[in-house]
Amino acid sequence: MTDIKRRQMLQMLGAVPAVAAFTWTREEAVAAAEQAGEARRQAAASNQPYTPRFFTAHEMATITALADLILPKDDRSVSASETGTTEFIDYLISEQTDRQTAIRGGLAWLDAECLGRFNKAFVDCSDAERRAVADDIAWPKRARPEMSQGVRFFNTMRDLVATGFWSSREGVADLGYMGNRMTVWNGAPENVLQKLGVSYD
Amino acid sequence: MQIIRSPKVYDVCIVGSGAGGGTVAKVLTEAGADVVMVESGPMWNEATDSAMLEWNYESPTRGWSSEKPFGAFDGCIGGWDIGGEPYTVGTGAWRWFRARMLGGRTHHWGRISLRFGPDDFRRKSIDGLGEDWPITYDDIRPYYDKVDQFVGVFGTNHASETGLHNEPDGIFLPPPKPRAHELLIKKACDGLHIPVVPSRLSILTRPLNGRAACHYCGQCGRGCATHSNFSSVSVMLPPALASGKLTIIPNAMAREVTTGADGLATGVSYVNKADRTEHQVRARIVVLAASCCESARLLLNSKSTRFPDGLANSSGVVGHYLTDSTGLSVSGIIPALMETPRYNADGVGGMHLYVPWWGDNKALGFPRGYHIELGGGFGMPGYGFGGGIQNYPYSRGGGYGADLKAEYRRYYGASVSFSGRGEQVAREDCYCEIDPNVVDEWGIPVLRFHHTWSDHERLQAKHMQETFRSIIDAMGGTPTSTMPGPEADYGLAAGGVIIHEAGAVRMGSDPKTSVLNAHSQAHDVKNVFVADGGPFASQADKNITWTIMALAWRASEYMTDERRKGNL
Repeated sequence: MTDIKRRQMLQMLGAVPAVAAFTWTREEAVAAAEQAGEARRQAAASNQPYTPRFFTAHEMATITALADLILPKDDRSVSASETGTTEFIDYLISEQTDRQTAIRGGLAWLDAECLGRFNKAFVDCSDAERRAVADDIAWPKRARPEMSQGVRFFNTMRDLVATGFWSSREGVADLGYMGNRMTVWNGAPENVLQKLGVSYD
Repeated sequence: MQIIRSPKVYDVCIVGSGAGGGTVAKVLTEAGADVVMVESGPMWNEATDSAMLEWNYESPTRGWSSEKPFGAFDGCIGGWDIGGEPYTVGTGAWRWFRARMLGGRTHHWGRISLRFGPDDFRRKSIDGLGEDWPITYDDIRPYYDKVDQFVGVFGTNHASETGLHNEPDGIFLPPPKPRAHELLIKKACDGLHIPVVPSRLSILTRPLNGRAACHYCGQCGRGCATHSNFSSVSVMLPPALASGKLTIIPNAMAREVTTGADGLATGVSYVNKADRTEHQVRARIVVLAASCCESARLLLNSKSTRFPDGLANSSGVVGHYLTDSTGLSVSGIIPALMETPRYNADGVGGMHLYVPWWGDNKALGFPRGYHIELGGGFGMPGYGFGGGIQNYPYSRGGGYGADLKAEYRRYYGASVSFSGRGEQVAREDCYCEIDPNVVDEWGIPVLRFHHTWSDHERLQAKHMQETFRSIIDAMGGTPTSTMPGPEADYGLAAGGVIIHEAGAVRMGSDPKTSVLNAHSQAHDVKNVFVADGGPFASQADKNITWTIMALAWRASEYMTDERRKGNL
């Protein structure tokens, strides 16, 4: 049995010595992290479809539509809803109970606005109709005063969708974040230094 | 129901397992003492319990946590609010951060490992405020050297080059090269005559004492599975345990220090949090290393006919002269950083460069200084990413769609931040006491805090704000906030928010105005010592952990000597 497997077994059994009786080498830590990550991915893949914890099916559909309006698919990456953003927002708000009323209410505000203008809910609106409403609440400085509640709600949704998308595997790749791995630090590369007009000399 | 008493009498009982308690355990067990350690939280070990290398998308909340203020993957169990363990506030404001785990708050800090300088031990002699320490820099310097060599810290000696004589040289591992944005900050600061030098962090850039060198994943805060940064669990406790002389009692919430008819401490009583049973452990020496406020609380709660105001408190000073670092941050968006080619900027889990205090307080109108912690770079995207983009300088002001998506990319890595951490002048009227009406879930009376800032700190905060904004301006950028005014204390965080609290059990030469002598030993009770932030007679413009450990090491050697001489 390899040392790593032995440790994992001990850990599962709750029998790992409480304080470092052994020290991980870099290679062991890499291997253990990879194994643990793979185990988590497999566990996630085998899960049942996500069951909403707080929002209704209609609310989930509205959040999905908003997420893809805010961060749509483009030539670099998929749309926000394809990265688990809707599920993230539901899970988060199920825990952040003090925000539940504001967000549920914001979704209701959006539907009321769409019903008033187009006689249908946001999810049933055409793309042009959705944009017409969004244009009135997505730009805080130019929005009309009577849209202030909608502006506040859209700011909240923009932030939630940004976390959902950019912290996803796809979002991380899109941004080009290259870290969270074991590496050797030799400073910033030359093209970065040149762009900023700095050097190590 | 009865009190379960340990049959064994240990040489030493330490309350707390963090920087101070861990150091005392290492030094005393290696000297041959039989040590028992009472820890209020569970056992914990970086090698098996750390979330190192996990991704935020592996968390259903993308790293947000309702329980951990620094995120779901943070390596510190605890926070400012702990269920069942309240505290109250009288005058002013205070937030009390507590860690409840083996290793304590060494799991929560930036590993910023700064020695106090010669001036920091004699501030009253310099400006007439606060109190001098009963020791000098030369008294503690050998212990800083020991801590440097045993724990490991990177940095450079720059006192002669910068002329900053109050930033003492140390025994340093080589520092990592600066990140690109840090070089850009340095360039701007050079023009403003603000010194930017390699930071001093207890992260190994070379293998040391059997521990592997840093692998630059940038996630020190989650706990390092290769023990390449400092925590008490990674560094101090292994040799103590290897000696076979250390017994750790986890989940043990200390209730009070017990005393005998001779007025000496006999041990510590505690509640086993797992089954709520009451215990007493006996020892010849008691070392409180529970964090400065928790140690003050223990002394104040250790009341008896002989010690009606609490143990070691004939001066009435226990709880007083409580300080925290001053703190505020300013961020800015720097257009020159937009569209920078990506690279892995993680580096060590903290800044590679920082700014030690450079000002001349005599010319500034406020008595004490601050250092600046630098932030920026391409961090791991997580909860809160790009929040409030509609308010960013140079942004289109909101919107949605493909243009917005491109805007987030443009801002990634384009912000820098400056966090000031400065010295509060210690005052008697900043203090904690026992709340007469409130107990925690273990029935232990809780602390009531009184803490306010004075103009000494407010004017220092104003200087921070103006300085940080001038650096952002010199970089061609724009701050993301407007400068708060005097009505908001120029943005000063409430006491306790910076989590550098010190004092409350201060040392001094005069037993009428101090609790401990120069060896961290209680004036009133010779077998009680304090080995956390409690003994500090003053803060400094430096993080306190390195001084906690040097003082604890020094106190431990004193205990050993006194035992050998038969005085303890």
